[in-house]
Formats: sequence, C-alpha cells, structure tokens
Amino acid sequence: MKITFPQFGNVYIAGKAFLEELGHEVIAPPVCSRKTLEIGTKHSPEMMCLPFKILVGNYIESIEKGADTILITGSCGPCRFGFYSLLQDNILKDLGYDVDIIVFDHIGEGYSKLKSNLNKIINMKSMKEITRSAKLGLDLIKRTDNLTQLSNEVRAYAINKKEVDIIMDKYYIDTGSVHGAKEMIELINQTEEKLKFVKIDRNYTPIKVGIIGEIYTIIEPFVNLEIERKLGHLGVLVEKSMTPTSWLEHHVFNYPFGSKEENMKYKLAKPYLKTLVGGHGRETIGSAIYYKNKGFDGVIQILPLNCMPEIVAKSILKTVEKDLDFPIMTLVVDEMTGEAGYVTRLEAFVDLINKRKGNINIG
Amino acid sequence: MRKTIGIPRGMYYHDYHPMWTKYFNNLDGKVVFSPKTNKDILNLGVSKCVDEACLPVKIFHGHVEYLKDKVDYIFIPKFISICKREYCCPKLLGLPDMVKHSIEELPIVIEPEINLRKVNSLRNAVINTGRIFTRNHFKIANAYMESMEFQKYYKSLLSLGIIPTEDHQNTHTKDIKILVLGHSYNVYDEFINMNIFNKLIENHVNIITADMVSADDINYYSNMLPKRIFWTDGKKIIGAAYSLLEKNSIDGIIYLSAFGCGLDSVLVDLIQRKATSKGVPFLLMTMDEQTGEAGFNTRLEAFLDMMEWRNKNEDYISSIW
Repeated sequence: MKITFPQFGNVYIAGKAFLEELGHEVIAPPVCSRKTLEIGTKHSPEMMCLPFKILVGNYIESIEKGADTILITGSCGPCRFGFYSLLQDNILKDLGYDVDIIVFDHIGEGYSKLKSNLNKIINMKSMKEITRSAKLGLDLIKRTDNLTQLSNEVRAYAINKKEVDIIMDKYYIDTGSVHGAKEMIELINQTEEKLKFVKIDRNYTPIKVGIIGEIYTIIEPFVNLEIERKLGHLGVLVEKSMTPTSWLEHHVFNYPFGSKEENMKYKLAKPYLKTLVGGHGRETIGSAIYYKNKGFDGVIQILPLNCMPEIVAKSILKTVEKDLDFPIMTLVVDEMTGEAGYVTRLEAFVDLINKRKGNINIG
Repeated sequence: MRKTIGIPRGMYYHDYHPMWTKYFNNLDGKVVFSPKTNKDILNLGVSKCVDEACLPVKIFHGHVEYLKDKVDYIFIPKFISICKREYCCPKLLGLPDMVKHSIEELPIVIEPEINLRKVNSLRNAVINTGRIFTRNHFKIANAYMESMEFQKYYKSLLSLGIIPTEDHQNTHTKDIKILVLGHSYNVYDEFINMNIFNKLIENHVNIITADMVSADDINYYSNMLPKRIFWTDGKKIIGAAYSLLEKNSIDGIIYLSAFGCGLDSVLVDLIQRKATSKGVPFLLMTMDEQTGEAGFNTRLEAFLDMMEWRNKNEDYISSIW
C-alpha cells in the first residue's frame, strides 16, 4: 500500500512523517504547480471550485509516481466538500487508475465505516505505537505552523527580505528528502536557528494584516499565490486566521465542543450572523472582528470562485467594514487568476492602510 | 388596519407560497407578492447583491428591493434544514442575512429559522412568526394546520404534473418525454427558465418534473450512491433523475442550472454520468444575468431536433451532447 494525500499547506510534512512512523510507504504529493492545476482543470467538472481541481491534479501526479491509496477527510455539512471523494473516485476510475480512496467521514455517518477505515491506516500496530506516532505527527504540525508564522514575522522586520525566502525555500526542498519524524524535527530546529540570525530592523513598526476566508485558499500557498510572501515583501506582518493546527484542535481534539478560539469567533460573529452557513463562513466574519479587536490594520478575505459559504460571508463583511471602520479586501481566486493584477491589488490595499495610519508612503 | 406582509417571488416561493399565503391570511395579515420576475427586478437585484452570488439569489434581492417601501413586513424564512439530517444550500442558510446586509432601509424582516436538525425548531418558528400578529396560540396553531393542508394539496397538484407557471394542462399524449431538472427556483421562474415549458409544449413534448416522482422513489434511488446526499434539493434532483433513468421511462433530460450554483456543479456531473451510461441525451443550460433568449432557443431546438432524428434513425446519434 503506497499512500498519498492531497497537498494542504504544511500538512504533508507532518502527514508524511506520521504515516512513515506507522510503517507505511508514503508518496508525498509534489508541490502544487501550474502543471497540477492544468491536469486538475482538464479532468474536473467545469463549475467545481478551485480546491477540487487542485486535489484532482495532486492525485494524478502522485498516482503517476506510484501511489495506490489516497487519504482524505470527509464532511457532511452543507459545503460541497463532502462530495469531493464521490466525484473524484468517478474521475479517477474513468481515467483508468486503480486506486483506493479512504475517506475519514464524520462519526455521525456510521461508526463501523470509520473504524474499518482507521484500521487500514493503523497497520496492525499496538496502541502504544499509534499514540506515539500520533503525538509525533501532531507535534510536527504545530512545529511547522509555528515555523511558517515565525518566517512571516521575521520577513516583515527583515532588512533583506529575500534572505528569509532563501531559507524557507531550502527548508521546503529538504523536507522531501528527510525520512521519519525525528529528522524532520531536526530540520525544523535548524531552520528556526537560521531564521533567528536574519538581520532585522528593530525600529520598524510594520502594519498588521490578517488573512481570512476559505480554509484551503488560506493555507495552500500555491492557491493564494504566496500572499504571505508578497505582503511580507511590502513590509506587512501577516497572520492567518486558520492553520492546520487550529483545524485539528477544533474538529478532533475538542470534539464535539469545539476549541476555545473558534467558539469565541462564533460569539463575535453572532450580531451579524446567528446560524451556520456551512464551510467557514461564520469563522470568516468572527475572524474579521477578532483581528479588529486585536489591533490589526486590515484583513484580506480570500475565496475560491463560487464558494457558497464565503459569498454569504462576503455580503455581510460589507456591513462589518462599515460598522467597525476597518478595511477589508476580498480576493477571488480561480484557475485564471493572474499574478500581476493580484499584486497590484495587494499593493493598493497596503498603500491605503499606510495612508490611513498617516505613514509616509514607503513606495 | 391589516398589516401587509411582503413575500418576494423568488427562491423557495415556488415551493411554499400557498402555505405562506394561507398562514398569513388566517392570521388576518394581507399578503403582497412582488411581480413576476422581469428585467427591472433583475437590474435592481444586480445593483444590490454581491457580484459572486448566483442568478436566483440576485433576483431575490431584486424582489426584496421592489417590495421594501410597499409593505410593513418582509417574510424571508431562514431554511437551514427541511429534512432530518439534511441541509439546504448554504446561500439559503444565509439568505436573510445576505439581504439585510445588502439592502438598506428594509422594513421589519420576519426570519423564522427552520432547522429540523434541532427539536422544536419548526414549532418555534410557527409560533414566533404568528405572535407578531396575534397572541392567541390556538389561532396560530389552527392557521398552521390549515396552511399545511393547503400545502399538501398544492404538492399533490404538482405531483400530478401541473406546472404552476403554465395555463395549459400537461396532457400525457405526446411521444417524447423530457425530464426538466433543476432547483424549483430555476425551473418554475418564467424569467430564469426563459419560458421553457411553453416552448416544450409547443413542440409537443411531454414534460416531467422532479415533483412528479414519488418520495419513495426519490429516497430509494438517491441511496444508490455510496455517499449520502446531504442537500434536500440535491436528493430530490438526483433521486428523480436516477429513478426515471433506471426505469427507462424518459427520452431526454434538460438541466436548468444557474451559473455559479455550487449544488449543481456536483449534481450535474453525477446525472450526466448516469445519463451517458444509459444512452439518454442530456442538455445542460447554464443561465446568468447575461443569457440571451435567442441562443437559448437555438440550443433547445437543436436538442429537440436531435431527439427526433434519434428516434427515427434508431439511436444513430450519440447521447453525449
């Protein structure tokens, strides 16, 4: 059994290490590229949202590298993500690939199915082994998320911003060649050390921007055209409202109550949106208010074209923007998104915030 | 003076308007509908709504904008779940919120939350809505019961093949049987569907809608998929298409879809696959605010011609359209 899973920000680093500790052979999906998107777009239904297309591209690229089992989580909420596995299974069968898709669905969809799926992954290991690997995996997810956040912070202050990019690029390339959790942690430690030695401007106060919106587009750097880097180069301190860690905390560890942070966001969103709208629509509104309270200078909402929950959120964010006097920009991404127009909008947004703050235009 | 309640002629209006009208009339309210969708309503909607929303949602905004100065209340129910363990489209979940944040100077919006995933949600929705008009709970319950009866009668008419927008009866004597699929707010809105029913009747086509398939069939055939369909609308569309395809009782499918509809992106793919495997012609019509009627007609005529030749020349023409 050669396992693969979709590309989702930094998750592949932890996922690969976790599954390798359980004794599986893992084929990590290649980093998302134009080619991934092209393959995905070619085989997907036209009106599907962007994450679906990227996922299909990921699968096909990994299958060509030899994978025969795909891991994916399921859902039964109102967002169409719940049907991804169903349609993708059809598409891969049509293309003649003989693969097994293992879906981890919500426990409400049937306990026995979830159990048999888990058993396939657990690989006849003892409980002790499983908890050990799970712990390592979780540790890794947290470490990788922290590392990305650290790089974002360092980039905002760094005198030579390219230096941070070089360190991070090297780190991403090296993740492909290390094996197991131990080496991965070693690599993360080394990268953190390197980041600490980047020269920074201590007197500089960067403007702070939060990234909110649909979870996949926030987390996967290829889809959001590396927004963190682009903003970092403009001297902006970026924080993402959702990370794989926060997702796990909300949906797995604190099931069924939800994590403290997410519940607080629901509470903040309540005056604007009382009920769920599927996906992360409610969190988006909560996060916008959360960042305002935290003293941020603006937020950017990113959504894939025709994402249903985020469209609802977008129409409500207009009022939030007016009520709180807080700049909010919406960026819609799809397979046609061009980089130049995107950068122009980011620059305009940053200029606007600088002007509001009375800063002299850094230009 | 009787209070006036405005009901926008969009989204779930086509499914539930007899019930809503009866309910409010029984509570001594006066119901005002917006006019049938037309170009002006669409333009009003487009100017108010967020650009990414789908056509029916934009049109709904237009209806609300039209009604807002003319009534005391506007009725926009929040449909979260109308079937146990299922959901409605995310845009319906947030519809009252979208409208309230997009249109200014609205009258009071009545937005009962209908969520059958929760206990007592329907009861609370009915009572809380009724209390705006009367304190008499008995009267509210009575109004609700009567409106439910009326709704059942309306549904039975739909299941007999009566199309709410057409004066003609759908007489079952013609040769070609076509299933017209899509969400009720696309299929039964004469502006969105470009009067397709009229055109089909003129061309001697026997129309079948998803409402004419029994609930048992819908449940049985939608369960053929490995994954439970968690959208109520989606289940109805898939169940109807699958049951008729499995029974070989239709000659073609026309799917009316709005551009950017998230549900349709999934449903169309599933139905198209099934139709192709059964050799049944499938036509997808995607509509947005720019759709022109001439192009629509051409495609429809071509589809009907192809079906005719197909019957004449013994399946000579491919089903993939």
